[in-house]
Amino acid sequence: MRLYKKEGATVQIISFPNEQVRKGDYLAIEDSKHGDNLIVQVIDMEYANIPGILEELLRNYDGDSSIAGEDVDPFDVAAHIRYIQDARLLICKIRASTHNGKLIPAGSHLPARSYARIRSVSVNELLTRPDGAEGYEIRLGETAEKTHLDVDVRALDGALNIITGKKGTGKSHIAKLLVLSLISHGAPVVIFDLNGEYVGLGQDTEGKPNEFSSKIHVLTPRQNFKVTLEQVKIHVLLNILVNALHLPGASAREFRRIWHFLEQSGTLTMGELGEAIKNWRCNQHVRDALFSRYYTLLNSRLFTDNPALATSLENALDRARSGGAIVLNLRNESTTNRHIVVEYVLGKLVELLTTRRLRAIFLFAEEAHLYLRETYWDDIVTRMRHFGVFTTFITNQPDTIRENIYRQVDNLFVLNFTNEHDIDPISRAARVDAHTVKSIVRDLLPHHCLVLGKVVNDFPMIVKIKSLDVQAMGQTRLFFPVRICALTP
Amino acid sequence: MVNAQLPITTTPKYNFPLLQETLHSLELPKHFTKLSLLSLKPTQQKQRLSTKDTATQLPTHLRLQQSISSTELFPLTPNPTDTTIVAIDVSSIRLGETETGFLLGVRGAIVWKESKQYRYLRLGPFPFHITQRTEDEIRRLYRQDHPISRLQVRSIPQVYIIQSRLTTLLERWMQSFIIRTTRNSIILWDGSLAVDTTETPARTIKELLTAAHNNGNIILAFSKMTRLSLHGRRLTDLIFKHPPPCLLRIKEHINHFGQIRLMGNVYVAKFTKGKLAFRMDADKRRSSIEVVEAVQNLLGNDSILQSYPETLRLAHIFSTFTATEVLALQRCITQKSGLRVITTLNLRRLLFGRFGKTQKGC
Repeated sequence: MRLYKKEGATVQIISFPNEQVRKGDYLAIEDSKHGDNLIVQVIDMEYANIPGILEELLRNYDGDSSIAGEDVDPFDVAAHIRYIQDARLLICKIRASTHNGKLIPAGSHLPARSYARIRSVSVNELLTRPDGAEGYEIRLGETAEKTHLDVDVRALDGALNIITGKKGTGKSHIAKLLVLSLISHGAPVVIFDLNGEYVGLGQDTEGKPNEFSSKIHVLTPRQNFKVTLEQVKIHVLLNILVNALHLPGASAREFRRIWHFLEQSGTLTMGELGEAIKNWRCNQHVRDALFSRYYTLLNSRLFTDNPALATSLENALDRARSGGAIVLNLRNESTTNRHIVVEYVLGKLVELLTTRRLRAIFLFAEEAHLYLRETYWDDIVTRMRHFGVFTTFITNQPDTIRENIYRQVDNLFVLNFTNEHDIDPISRAARVDAHTVKSIVRDLLPHHCLVLGKVVNDFPMIVKIKSLDVQAMGQTRLFFPVRICALTP
Repeated sequence: MVNAQLPITTTPKYNFPLLQETLHSLELPKHFTKLSLLSLKPTQQKQRLSTKDTATQLPTHLRLQQSISSTELFPLTPNPTDTTIVAIDVSSIRLGETETGFLLGVRGAIVWKESKQYRYLRLGPFPFHITQRTEDEIRRLYRQDHPISRLQVRSIPQVYIIQSRLTTLLERWMQSFIIRTTRNSIILWDGSLAVDTTETPARTIKELLTAAHNNGNIILAFSKMTRLSLHGRRLTDLIFKHPPPCLLRIKEHINHFGQIRLMGNVYVAKFTKGKLAFRMDADKRRSSIEVVEAVQNLLGNDSILQSYPETLRLAHIFSTFTATEVLALQRCITQKSGLRVITTLNLRRLLFGRFGKTQKGC
């Protein structure tokens, strides 16, 4: 390999056919005289612009077999021609530099083109662990060079993460891997499971209980997840009424009075709430508005007046305190019910975190745009983060996540996308340049992921995510017994 | 002579030597290889190779400048009777300069068409490092009693014209090889049947023409450019008004001009519509009728594009060096002889910027 050109943070390297280089590989450009090395990552590969290549290809084209022949080439010049023809231009981005063996995040040094030596850099050279990191590793999978990619689980702590990729590329698989890794390191996790994909986390591929079975608590609304009004605080219920059920402000104020009345009288039940609205002295329009929301709550069957049938989220979280996951199965829930559940859970989490009953929680939200109200996006990445809610968004529609969230993201797990419009929003992530994302993501194989951010010390890594011994669940139900895959690499 | 030992399949329709057998009989390439290796040997010491404006390919034919008078027109009808068409072309290129000389690449191509299919055989490329010292080696080798020495000039080439001489050497050998190993074929040469006596003795060309005649072959030499004129008009302009395909015989001409001798009769060939016409030389011993018959066979058996035979066009394409091959040859020489390729300053560019054109004035 030879150093050819440097433009800004982009370095171009000529690579010859006998050198094995792949997209995503790291190279060190070593300047032995100055002791400075540049660490660059190959983000794209092109044919080297060799003069006369078109003439060469046209002349030697024998596709139609109209011309055949033989060469008497005593000096084997043809081998040299092939060598030159197949030379590649590696488009690389500068990721770091080293000075006297010490890794520096920036790379301003310009190595000598005439004598700089270029060699491959292994993942382990880049992801050096700080002292005391033992015991915090999680294995994401393996890199193209068949090296295990172990990352520090603490990089997920206090972090905002996004997992994105087109349908069927393995987003949920990564999410499950992260969930199980967090659980095994004693972290509590809450999952908004839109498609019922996480309910089998406690079972192996054969459906038998696995090592996590006692730590996975699946809560299915209306079945094993019901709450009493007493469990729901007034501010949480008002959030539900205003944000999920769009109750006008005047009606909300009236509702607050009714609530306090019932609270003071010790009759805070759904039945008494209905009676109170019916008999409350207020404007008829307000009463109608309250009644319509009351019946929505009633019909959701998420509320019960029987404390024995009610679920205590606090108790469930207590069980997950030393490592466990609460899976909120939203699979068969209406949009309104999803909103109600999410409002309730988030409200409860903030309450528990502010009262220090909970240290922190890792929240996994799949396709959050389907149930998360607009104002919560900013809330989650700013305010709730300080309370200790560390969120991972999982989506196959990256444009549903706002740009400001991409800018604040700490870790990004990107799977294959083909459409440039899908890649555009991701490329705005502050942790990496747009060129890297656009170039690498469109060529990712299924179950291969581009990992960006703190978790990989800001060295973008391509990793084949390791397999898991858990029930897949959530797979698309098919009509035909055998599915014909058009293109499986 | 080594060529006489070549095994030849003497079927009435196809008499071109079998490729495998041909390859075993390539004495000249072996000799060329030896010469090439010898020339590269002194460069074992590290030397620097300049790549500045050195890649100039040399045309392999010569030009005449004289007046001619009187013509005869022959309209042509393509004759599809199965005839083998063989074309030969050789190219050479300067690959760069060294402190003691310069580097050359030489390659020849034979293309033949039979049974509606084109085939080719390429010889080379042969890299040469031409220095005063290697010139002496070449001189010494030429003096040896080697079969190819019979094709070589009496005078030993000087360094500055050795590119032309090495090219001619390979070209004459390939022509000799084809002439002696084929029968009843039309053999197409690039250039003319005019010879520079300092480069190729007239005797050599005469021998080639005689050998071709004896084997029933006819040689047609096509010149892409000519300076021959008739009454002040360019020769190729004389055929402009005549409908193609046709052949114009230039009846009167002189045989000798300075050191250049015309060894054939001169024709102007216009095979297709358009403005393009080419000078075509044919053996003097062949009557105009024989030449016309041969050309009609050529038209009936080969593709003609812009008045130029496809077989000869392919021979040119296969022998010509591309920029990639120049790089490959430079790399090959660097690896084999330890030369380091560097680009030297282009003084003209440096002094005159965009106005600093190369010496060729391109």
